[in-house]
Amino acid sequence: MLVQANGNGSDNRAPAVRVDNIYKAFGSEKKRWQWLPWVGSNHGENGETANGQARGEDEKGITVAVDHLNFEIHDGEIFGVLGPNGSGKSTLIRLMSTLLLPDEGTITIFGHDAEREPMAVQRAINRVSVEASFFKKLSPMENLLYGARLYGLDGRKVRKEVVEILERLSIPKKNINQPMDEMSRGMQQKVAVARALLSSPMLLLLDEPTTGLDPRSKREVQAFVRELRDEHGTTILLTTHDMEEADKLCDRIAILDNGAIVALDTPAGLKAMVPAENGNVPTLENVFLELTGKKLVKETDLV
Amino acid sequence: MSTAIHNIRASYAFAERNWNLVKRYWAWEIVWLFYSIANSLSVAFIGLGMEVLSGNTGAIDTSFLVLYLLIGTLVWRYFSSIFYWVTEVIAIERWEGTIEYTLMAPVPRIIHMVGHTAFAMVYSLLFTGVILLLTALIFDLNLSQANLLGGVLVLVAGSFSFVGIGVMGAVLPLLFPERGAQMTHIIIATLLLVSGVYYPIEVLPQAFQTMSVISPATYVLEGVRAALLENASLSALWPDIWPTLLLALVMVPAGLWIFEQAERYAKRKGRLARNG
Repeated sequence: MLVQANGNGSDNRAPAVRVDNIYKAFGSEKKRWQWLPWVGSNHGENGETANGQARGEDEKGITVAVDHLNFEIHDGEIFGVLGPNGSGKSTLIRLMSTLLLPDEGTITIFGHDAEREPMAVQRAINRVSVEASFFKKLSPMENLLYGARLYGLDGRKVRKEVVEILERLSIPKKNINQPMDEMSRGMQQKVAVARALLSSPMLLLLDEPTTGLDPRSKREVQAFVRELRDEHGTTILLTTHDMEEADKLCDRIAILDNGAIVALDTPAGLKAMVPAENGNVPTLENVFLELTGKKLVKETDLV
Repeated sequence: MSTAIHNIRASYAFAERNWNLVKRYWAWEIVWLFYSIANSLSVAFIGLGMEVLSGNTGAIDTSFLVLYLLIGTLVWRYFSSIFYWVTEVIAIERWEGTIEYTLMAPVPRIIHMVGHTAFAMVYSLLFTGVILLLTALIFDLNLSQANLLGGVLVLVAGSFSFVGIGVMGAVLPLLFPERGAQMTHIIIATLLLVSGVYYPIEVLPQAFQTMSVISPATYVLEGVRAALLENASLSALWPDIWPTLLLALVMVPAGLWIFEQAERYAKRKGRLARNG
């Protein structure tokens, strides 16, 4: 079942992102080269489900990660992609980040084709992923200086900005020059947010940025995301399996299952698809269950 | 902001990051330095041992032999240091989990490599210099008649082609996330075998001698030995310098081209994810 937006939440602004019939599959080569000793089980993103089973795998061993997606994100919009582990959210983010090349289709970001003009796209975007991904022995200052210089920023200005942003994100000053591996995961994730902000991206890709954070850190990051859009007009794509987060932050939400969009609308529009039970307003969890027959967050996801 | 300034800053980012990593992992650098010194000394002592082993006292010029072996081991330390730094351009990012962030940054690969390899060359030169100083003290080497500047010039000229070979080697960790870094040893071991590091290449079988023609280390070793053992002038060293520059002219662009093709393949197959 595919439920597309019926006008709710759409507007006339120019699209910041246009995803056109994008398709990505993995795994066909795995069987062909399996006899080689160095071809192991790890092939990047085969997209496993929470219980470890490859998702969407056909009889030839091909795993369809993203299955002919079509959508647009408007300039200045917070666009949510909601789906369980293995639904294709991270693959979509990697395709938009120019880290993966699509098998079919195109992604256009601010008028630039992600495959043919990767440098122009890279200048316009930045990303925060579920793993903070830093040089663990380097300090936040050293990591952020490195990240900022890659975007051509002036080191002297960056040093000043780093202190300001990290203070805004409640990182104690004493931690700024300490190794990252001495910081909590929540603090590391805030540094990851700071790294993305330093390059002033026009499009910010947030791949489950609050997963595993304590409630306070989660609220701080969410407030920062909203502020980014409201004050700087940054277009944001947020993937999450936190329904409350998606409901609070997103202007529109695409529900992804097995690499395909099963619904796309405003949070209110999505909830209107499901009849109220016993007078209770449906949640996005109810919507997901109704559309896919699955729970969004499995118990194993919470371990 | 001009593209040139952007590229200079981006290139510097890699050199600065590597220096910061060296500082943070200083204990490892000390271990590696100790290992390298012990290894170089062990090789040099073979020179002294030859007289005892042959039982023919006075028939072997041991000080020449020690310096011959020492030059071999130091040149090899320098080149292998450059090679491993360059091949780790991807492996280090996989280990730290930063590969996706680095490769999605708007930095042309050549700018990435310039910063990374410039650091590798300077660091390797300093590292080798420290080993030379310590081994010179232990063996009481007399280098007063040696053309040290000429030796360094030959060494630096040969570095560029080793960078090209390193960039080609860096493709292996890109394509084979799990064992690619270990596979690079094949390249360095082959060069060690055919380049005449510890022996004249004339003692090698013909097939290996043919392979030595395309190894930049062959010319560098000949040149550095001529400079340090025979006090050869710069003009006398030129026949050993130009082949390394010619090899660099081929190997650096070839390495970059191969790396770009491999990166595109890795993006197609989804092999840029951290830890593979």
